[in-house]
Amino acid sequence: MKDEVTSREDRIDALGGMGCKRKRVEDARFTQGKGNYVDDIKLDGMLAGDFVRSPYAHARVVSIDTSAALEVPGVLAVLTAADLEPLGLHWMPTLAGDKQMVLADGKVLFQGQEVAFVVAEDRFAAADGVEAVVVEYEELPVITDPFKSLESDVVLREDIAGEGDGVPDGAHGPRKHHNHIFTWEVGDKETTEQVIENAEVVAEEMLYYHRTHPCPLETCGCVASMDKVNGKLTLYGTFQAPHAIRTVVSLISGIEEHNIRVVSPDIGGGFGNKVGAYPGYVCSVVASIVTGKPVKWIEDRMENLMTTAFARDYWMKGKIAATKEGKITGLWCHTVADHGGFDACADPTKFPAGFMNVCTGSYDIPVAYLGVDGVYTNKAPGGVSYRCSFRVTEAVYFIERMIELLAIELNMDAAELRRINFIKKEQFPYKAALGWEYDSGDYHTAWDKALKAVDYEGLRAEQAQRVEDFKAGKTRSLMGIGLTFFTEIVGAGPVKNCDILGLGMFDSCEIRIHPTGSAIARLGTISQGQGHATTFAQILATEIGLPADSITIEEGDTDTAPYGLGTYGSRSTPVAGAATALAGRKIRAKAQMIAAYLLEVHDDDVEFDVDRFVVKGAPEKFKTMKEIAFAAYNQAIPGIEPGLEAVSYYDPPNMTYPFGAYVCVMDIDVDTGVTDIRRFYALDDCGTRINPMIIEGQVHGGLTEALAVALGQEIAYDEMGNVKTGTLMDFFLPTAWEVPNYETDHTVTPSPHHPIGAKGVGESPHVGGVPCFSNAVQDAFRAFGLRHTQMPHDHWRIWKTANELGLHD
Amino acid sequence: MIPAAFEYYRPTDLSGVIAILQEHGDDARVMAGGHSLIPMMKLRMAEVPHLIDMQDVAGLTGITIGDTITIGAMTTQAEIIDHAGLAEAAPIMREAALQIADPQVRYMGTVGGNVANGDPGNDMPGLMQCLDAEFTLVGPDGERSVKARDFYEAAYMTDREDEEVLTAVSFAKPAGGYAYEKQKRKIGDYATAAAAVQLVKDGGTCASASIAMTNLSDTPIYSDAAGAALTGTSVDADAVKAAVAAMLGDIDPVEDNRGPVAFKRHVAGVILARAIERAWSRA
Repeated sequence: MKDEVTSREDRIDALGGMGCKRKRVEDARFTQGKGNYVDDIKLDGMLAGDFVRSPYAHARVVSIDTSAALEVPGVLAVLTAADLEPLGLHWMPTLAGDKQMVLADGKVLFQGQEVAFVVAEDRFAAADGVEAVVVEYEELPVITDPFKSLESDVVLREDIAGEGDGVPDGAHGPRKHHNHIFTWEVGDKETTEQVIENAEVVAEEMLYYHRTHPCPLETCGCVASMDKVNGKLTLYGTFQAPHAIRTVVSLISGIEEHNIRVVSPDIGGGFGNKVGAYPGYVCSVVASIVTGKPVKWIEDRMENLMTTAFARDYWMKGKIAATKEGKITGLWCHTVADHGGFDACADPTKFPAGFMNVCTGSYDIPVAYLGVDGVYTNKAPGGVSYRCSFRVTEAVYFIERMIELLAIELNMDAAELRRINFIKKEQFPYKAALGWEYDSGDYHTAWDKALKAVDYEGLRAEQAQRVEDFKAGKTRSLMGIGLTFFTEIVGAGPVKNCDILGLGMFDSCEIRIHPTGSAIARLGTISQGQGHATTFAQILATEIGLPADSITIEEGDTDTAPYGLGTYGSRSTPVAGAATALAGRKIRAKAQMIAAYLLEVHDDDVEFDVDRFVVKGAPEKFKTMKEIAFAAYNQAIPGIEPGLEAVSYYDPPNMTYPFGAYVCVMDIDVDTGVTDIRRFYALDDCGTRINPMIIEGQVHGGLTEALAVALGQEIAYDEMGNVKTGTLMDFFLPTAWEVPNYETDHTVTPSPHHPIGAKGVGESPHVGGVPCFSNAVQDAFRAFGLRHTQMPHDHWRIWKTANELGLHD
Repeated sequence: MIPAAFEYYRPTDLSGVIAILQEHGDDARVMAGGHSLIPMMKLRMAEVPHLIDMQDVAGLTGITIGDTITIGAMTTQAEIIDHAGLAEAAPIMREAALQIADPQVRYMGTVGGNVANGDPGNDMPGLMQCLDAEFTLVGPDGERSVKARDFYEAAYMTDREDEEVLTAVSFAKPAGGYAYEKQKRKIGDYATAAAAVQLVKDGGTCASASIAMTNLSDTPIYSDAAGAALTGTSVDADAVKAAVAAMLGDIDPVEDNRGPVAFKRHVAGVILARAIERAWSRA
């Protein structure tokens, strides 16, 4: 075991700890088709469930005739709301404090809503059973516009309309109208409005962030298995927060929590889609209890797009005020949020519009106001954070468009406008006007580095020449330069202000060191492709001095993993990553005592060095962590319990605030609306970097989803409430062909309050990418008088912009 | 996305196929690559109680090059792309096939399925009209030929009888310059607008021109008038403008998620102008 010949650098390399480009340990099974996803689970006697769904967006359910379906060979049962009502399960609570029909209770509120659940011996019989259920509907007036909804006499939610004048309060306080959900206000409205009233320059615009969908590769699904002998329910599913699901299932079913085991196996992407609870989960559990057999429910792609958890759909009216020199003096925003038929947003309880109040962005804005009104319409429920912390993409899109609009108003360069308004390095920790305290940042350094990397001035000169050429008839192509400087708010979060359904948003890690010097660590999070098994092992390798390759990371089984709130909102590294580091430090503290005993010195006379404890001043005297692990189990040490284990629950003192500077260079064919992304430069500062290769992969993925959203991806409805984009033919998922080459770069500004200084990165590129792509499109037409045009920028909408500017004449 | 139950047949010769078609009439459908039919069955928009898989039927693949080019119906798009002789003799075939969907689809998708299904979004029907191809149909009464320009009646409605099978496409070896120009939202999408152009240059003059458009009506559109507008000209800006104007008189696009009618008509004009320009540069 003595390895004096090995250099310290070699010992660091051998650990595979933080900062190295360790290859993903998950990929061997994923690339060989050996993953174990929910639909791979096959249990003895397992049945299949499938939904009868509403073709109408708003209708009364007059009758449901299941008799023909029950005649279909293989069909065992058809559940309707009437069957669930005696159990109190025909409605279920949503994460937003509202309730949602599990199966249509008298009416339907959106196209695709669950009406009946067919249980059959196999998937094919279930589908035939669905076809055979006869539902009689009576159509009702459809509302797809949230502004019209607030003025309509049509009552969407009769269950909470109350009687007589006025409407009962909702989960977030008073409601103004029967189709209104909540009003949420932050900031100083009066002062902000005065500042805007008296400002030298004001830019004002209505920005629509269209409805879209996370669309993970794997759709949502579950297998529910009720063991009637021991009373234990096992629920396998695509859950981004397995412990929270266990608690929710216990609360709504009455089954004691120790009798529920929730397992998230391999998950094929989540992006927020798998945070919520869906009727399919409840119906599968009930069907398993009723039949005594396991029941599997897996939604198909159309069901996923049409019903489970949309994202965005925010109408954001903005005003930004500044001096003639461009110093921002105030920001005002009022948002109308379309939540669909039920309020099923996944936000911390106290934040019905998520962290939309980070919308002052990266800028030192003295006063601001944000008001949000949530509204019911005849669209699917959801409102999840699609690859972002709660509503942060909306906030960042808002401020990064308002900055561009202000630059137009000031006739100023948008890069320079950002520079003169950035929060300065010495202002951190910075208290923003809408309440958040930014932990750390160095925006000017990052911005200068980005602009230099792309030769910003050269790009502007080229663009000016292109405009001249266009006007001279030499080209039909315009050039756009998209800029974005974003600040994210991730790592929810401090239990003092972040909970979901009363569950505090801490996270956890439990470590067991084995006698031979390897280890298993279990966490309350769950990877959906982020590579936790790789990166958490790296954190531990550095903290406890055992090789990452000797550390197994396990997540997702509530019978074995410590309680945690799961993986979304870039919270795994900021919260569970911190718990991991701190649990590792507990291991190290005990190891120090053992080492001191073995080396026959006082505890304070040894110090940790990479993979060992050494006697201070005598580096030849040491015990490796591997030796210490063996001794921990096999040597009687006075005053020290055998074993080497630790658990840590981490309640973060603050959020973390990753930031970044992005530049997109795009050519636009004015005649066809076709875009060509020539260059995309992304500088991310996520604090301490655990695995640069995984960060790069995360950035590529997030940017690609940003490109999708900005350039075409949407859930569109017609006036009858029909979903127009319910298949991947019309719902835009980019392929390798549509994706440009990305240049990644970084600065490192560690979080001062996080044990390893890491801030989280998975969602930053999406948050920053969407406004960057959009700004590039809009910037291309700035010279021709465009102020703002709504996303998504698909071919025909770009063509329409050009057409309206007279560029086709 | 689960189809209704169906009987699956995998005959090995054409007479076997026709026998099943005769027995079941329009309850039976033949399937080539399956990329149009299977999704329709999964959506339960196509009810096919008797599905006849053509994969094992002998004699339906292969490309013959001569003064006439013949392509067996079960020849895949991938085989068209990889066939050096065809790329030499009729390069527009390769240029168009490379713009169909993605490699996975092209390994399964066939020429016969593409032209016989009558989907206005498919690329081969317009291309076949541009090349003035003939389709060979075999039925209980033997074999007959139909011109591609006469084959399409409406969306998914063609001149093929229920008991007939389209077995091959053939066309005279094209002369002159060519282009297949297509605008789509993404890989795998149907065209927003596509144009197939084949023209012959004689000195500085266009001796003949053939033009067909894809996904701009409920059938492919062969625009005789657009070709005529180029013939006898030097394919200058005015001639191109006249051809575009003539083409716009023949198409009848409808609004969908790709955009409204005005946009589609504008793009159709741009795409055709670019196709003519490229074809002329190659003539």
